[in-house]
Amino acid sequence: MTKRLLIKGARVLCPANRIDSTMDILLESEKIKDVGLNLNVTENVMTIDASGLILAPGFIDLHCHLREPGFEHKETVKSGSAAAIKGGFTTICAMPNTDPVTDDATSIQFLLDKAKVQPARVLPIGSATKNSEGKELTEMAEMVEVGAVAFSDDGHPIANDMLMRHALEYSSALGVPIIDHCEVPSLFTNGQINEGWIASRLGLQGIPSAAEEQMVDRNIGLAKLTGGWVHLAHVSTKGSVESIRNAKELGINITAEVTPHHLTLTEDAILHGINQEGAYKALNENAYNTMAKVNPPLRTQADVEALIEGLSDGTIDIIATDHAPHASIEKLCPMQEAAFGISNLETTLASALSLVHNKKLSLNRMIESVTSSPAALLKASNNKIGQLTKGFSADLTLFDLDADWIVDVDQFVSKGKNSPLNGEKMKGKVVLTVYKGQIVYSNISKDLVSK
Amino acid sequence: MSPHAGIPSLKSTTSEMSISRKHILDLDDFTAEEIQLVLDNTVAMQEVISRSVRKVPALRGRTIVTLFHEPSTRTRVSFEQAGKILSADVINVSSSASSSKKGESLYNTALTIQSMQADIIVVRHPHSGSPNFLARHLDSSIINAGDGYHAHPSQALLDLYTIQSHFGDIKGRKVAIVGDIMYSRVARSNLWGLTKMGAQVVLCSPPTLIPPDFVNGFPKTHPFASVSITHNLSEAVKNADVIMALRLQAERQSRGRLPSLREYSRLYGINSETVKLAKEDVLIMHPGPINEGIEIDTEIAHGPHSAIQDQVTNGVAVRMALLYAVASANGGDK
Repeated sequence: MTKRLLIKGARVLCPANRIDSTMDILLESEKIKDVGLNLNVTENVMTIDASGLILAPGFIDLHCHLREPGFEHKETVKSGSAAAIKGGFTTICAMPNTDPVTDDATSIQFLLDKAKVQPARVLPIGSATKNSEGKELTEMAEMVEVGAVAFSDDGHPIANDMLMRHALEYSSALGVPIIDHCEVPSLFTNGQINEGWIASRLGLQGIPSAAEEQMVDRNIGLAKLTGGWVHLAHVSTKGSVESIRNAKELGINITAEVTPHHLTLTEDAILHGINQEGAYKALNENAYNTMAKVNPPLRTQADVEALIEGLSDGTIDIIATDHAPHASIEKLCPMQEAAFGISNLETTLASALSLVHNKKLSLNRMIESVTSSPAALLKASNNKIGQLTKGFSADLTLFDLDADWIVDVDQFVSKGKNSPLNGEKMKGKVVLTVYKGQIVYSNISKDLVSK
Repeated sequence: MSPHAGIPSLKSTTSEMSISRKHILDLDDFTAEEIQLVLDNTVAMQEVISRSVRKVPALRGRTIVTLFHEPSTRTRVSFEQAGKILSADVINVSSSASSSKKGESLYNTALTIQSMQADIIVVRHPHSGSPNFLARHLDSSIINAGDGYHAHPSQALLDLYTIQSHFGDIKGRKVAIVGDIMYSRVARSNLWGLTKMGAQVVLCSPPTLIPPDFVNGFPKTHPFASVSITHNLSEAVKNADVIMALRLQAERQSRGRLPSLREYSRLYGINSETVKLAKEDVLIMHPGPINEGIEIDTEIAHGPHSAIQDQVTNGVAVRMALLYAVASANGGDK
């Protein structure tokens, strides 16, 4: 019999069970065996003294990019999984923008075969249309049978309204969402960063908020029409939040996610910190920060505040990382040539906790948005994750709420070192990650572990 | 470097009035005094150009590479000529000849050039911020010869020089910049230069060719607070001392920003009627190359008010002054 694991004295936080108190937790045979006060287990057990730390269900990310097959120079299933557990994530959902595109049962199975040996649960998202070209639907039913948890054309918005309608109708029988990257292609044309004073200052094509909002509104309309389930990827604007709030009040079947960077950064990051008050200060050689180039683009402070409010009140369901690793040369170039995306898995917790430390978001809601809330969206395929409940998968994240650290991308285990947070001071760090009862990542002092 | 480097009237950059910057990326980081110093030194450079033997030893032993990733005649040639008059070794690398066509990144191309001991790299690139990028990653001095629609500082300086040498001053002059403001690096750098020198700038364009955040004007604390915006050409050129027309790319029509070049020309083309509304001694400028009959009528482009040829001539002297300033900032003799 493999050893059991007993974690004692942590502040246990399980939003689904409304738990926030000091407790012990016992894990056995990949499952949560017991959660309670003063659990006394002495035989065949490894005990960890976790007092002063926070214990939460293992984090779940509904949106990341593992780049395999096709772009192994950016990331692999293995390196992405390692980054996930270092960041506290025990379940990650991989977007299908690989080469070839993950758009049939065979390619779903390829990913699942790779996933089997990883220290985290890697779940495949299938492409909604063949080769993500937005022309014909994929064989969604067969992909679900194999293990697909959602469908998306990832960075390619499903621009054809009728096809989107049919995708929603077809998937409604399968209980999984269509995840749409909302952006009207003709309003995006060659856009680089948010449309506004910085784009105009730097001579870059802007991406207006309307490009996103118009497609959010269309998707709400189609969800209403079909009853199908649209999940809106990485919403970035105040207008999107308002539309989603209104739609939810009407009972329309939509869910939405927000990324840690859209919750914490503004377009100012493009200028390496010259903000609007210093708007027209002289630029220098650092002005074009390709690390802050991401799609949808970083927006304004008003958008950031609306997104936080939307996350707080449940208008936005979850935090998703949109982890988008790139090779260094893909950011080492002029802005217009730079790839979109941020390597996020290893900084998401600290970014999200900054909102907690600044009292803009409750700790409970923050944890919920990376545990039971995303779990609810994966219910059709994986119904025993995201909670510290007896019988659920023994996936846990133990973190130090107040640990200070400085982001150093060279320490990332992800192959993607592309982060605008490099060198930033952060507060809050993962100490231990447990997946299916096994310690898969540990940064904990040996003194606290007794065998 | 000897104090005057063969140019007696040159203001030494080691004096209190100095332009100590390694790179010239835009005019946003220049003070009015620094701009004036460049303009004064341009006068000295004009004197050199007017000599029968056009050669001074100022940059002897220095290597300048012009790295042009976009077609250009006047800018590249004038930097080359400026470098040669100052006795620098000038190597021209253009896009068709460089490795960019073979898929080599700008970063690697630039590293290669730097490893050939380039003291100064003069860069022209279609993507905004390319010179900033190179300045960040290379040890060589970078001079921006036009990047995307971000900046074109040497063009703005030669425009300022042209205005000053014509009128004797810039301060208080009304300058109407007309045309495609949205995609114009010339307009952007001129906005910095002209406002710093105290000119009164009016921007005039169709509503589809101005940056969206410019449309409602600039707040009081903004460096461009004195700049006014109009879509009406008559209003813009009324009593203007200078009318600066910008080049219009034909693709603006195909991309839906303009109904036709004909209508653009009707509303924003500079013709004899426009000129009548301006001051009697109005100066007509254009960074070139001109679409004659669209931005400016042929008779005006080649008429008595036109400074377009002067702009080209002045370009060499201005670029000599800039090369000299950057070379001096890099610490004299090697």
